[in-house]
Amino acid sequence: MMHRREWVYGWLFLSPALVFLFAFTHYPAVKTVISSFYSTPRGKREAKFIGLENYQTMLSDDVFWKVLGNNFWFAVGTIPISIGLALLMALWVNSHLRGRTLSRVAFFAPTVLPLIAVANIWMFFYTPGFGLIDQLRSGLFGLPAINLLGNPDSVLAAVIVVAIWKEAGFFMIFYLAALQSIPPVLREAADIEGASRGYYLRRVLLPLLMPTTLFVSVNAVINSFRLVDHIFVMTEGGPDNASSLLLYYIYETAFQYWQTGYAATLTVVMLVLLSILAIGQFFLFDRKVHYQ
Amino acid sequence: MRAARRWWDFDTALNTFAMWLLAFLWALPLLYAVWTAFHPAAYETRFDLTAPLTLDNFAKAWAAAPFARYFVNTVMLVTMILICQFVLCTLAAFAFARFRFPGRSILFTLVLLQLLVMPDILIVENYKTIRALGLVDTIVAIGLPYIASGFGIFLLRQTFMSIPRELDEAARVEGSSFLGLLWRVYIPLAKPTYLAYGLVSVSHHWNNFLWPLIITNSVETRPVTVGLSVFSAIDAGLEWSVINAATLMTSGPLLIAFLLFQRQFVQSFMRAGIR
Repeated sequence: MMHRREWVYGWLFLSPALVFLFAFTHYPAVKTVISSFYSTPRGKREAKFIGLENYQTMLSDDVFWKVLGNNFWFAVGTIPISIGLALLMALWVNSHLRGRTLSRVAFFAPTVLPLIAVANIWMFFYTPGFGLIDQLRSGLFGLPAINLLGNPDSVLAAVIVVAIWKEAGFFMIFYLAALQSIPPVLREAADIEGASRGYYLRRVLLPLLMPTTLFVSVNAVINSFRLVDHIFVMTEGGPDNASSLLLYYIYETAFQYWQTGYAATLTVVMLVLLSILAIGQFFLFDRKVHYQ
Repeated sequence: MRAARRWWDFDTALNTFAMWLLAFLWALPLLYAVWTAFHPAAYETRFDLTAPLTLDNFAKAWAAAPFARYFVNTVMLVTMILICQFVLCTLAAFAFARFRFPGRSILFTLVLLQLLVMPDILIVENYKTIRALGLVDTIVAIGLPYIASGFGIFLLRQTFMSIPRELDEAARVEGSSFLGLLWRVYIPLAKPTYLAYGLVSVSHHWNNFLWPLIITNSVETRPVTVGLSVFSAIDAGLEWSVINAATLMTSGPLLIAFLLFQRQFVQSFMRAGIR
């Protein structure tokens, strides 16, 4: 009898959250896959089944490949550097160095700013002829003005710098949490054994921080798909799509060209990429993290 | 021994210097924005300690766009999301932590799936749903996709599971219902988790941009992030100092809260980050 009552209560307590969870996460995810096989409805003409046509369009869409490549380089440019800096920041902030509290504030502050505000602030640095970077270039070295955001060769790098600035302090937090859970006995033992700091870092700290590194890197990968707000302010994907990322292209396709069928197809690509990464995460983490 | 100590001191000095340098670099963009926002436009690129301080830029920005309305919208949005998240996630987390029922582990996996497939990337289909519900351009619509948060359910479930079962048996003997038990035992004991999750949630939704941009198209519903982007997009004639003042204004409440309570902020994010 008792068990039956628990069933009822379990479902009762769960149902409000599940309704919204299904309505705005699972249903749209499944619906995206279905929509990707249909044409975009126009006016009175309803969406009709067109099989793989959207996918064929996508494979021959130069912009899609360019955007996918951009997203790859954006990830490659952001993830290792922001994680490396995050680890360095955490080690410093967790040590007994003077000024560590102030440094922690400086490192973490970008995390609480909206990315859209961050983009506004950095725009001022990048403005040709007038921004701080050009002021320094002409003031110190007498170099001519450069347009970092207007040049297809430099725009992605300029956007990557902003993402690193925003993210490193956030990842620092995870390392800080991990470092504080490491028993100080290990450090003392290493000191008694006469281990150098470098040795202690390489052979003790880094292996212990491995689960954190994996967790942070998976988060960083998800973020490299998800964070596109700064593109809106800084470049709008230009010049010539050189700084457009996948989610930004999905936005453009769906809400500027109103090609919702094709946008669904692009979203499927993103879902597949994320799933592959999730499976990768599962194997990497394996027994290191237990959710149950 | 002596040489070793001196080398170590040198090492400390080097690390301290490097940390300061990086911290300075990290603070520079923000300090620069503060500098331009509080000085007349003439001092945008001239660093002079005697430059006169002014609040004109803030006044100009405030007058040039309906920021007061944007702030009201954002505060309403963030409050609504937080209250709904607390209620829904608490109930769901309690069910996962304390009841046995068929389908529990599958459902929990489906909840965790949201950590990966976030509403942030399902903009196309979610827009269709909101349009079908007739809620386009409402504040409710901005919040709806986020109120059942997989992250919140997960975090609270972990906390609830760490509460010893003896406590609920004691309460049950005294004749408490499940809701009474939740209200009197579980929620009070999980206060730090609520604080942590609340801070993370508020800062996340205060800063959210893409979904609000898609779903709103009027002054009455726009949150500050979208308002700011609209404001700085009409950049013809707007001085940088004014844009920077607007930028600081929109992030101001969070930034000030962070500077005042930075220890709690960092600890909250840390607590929310430990999985």
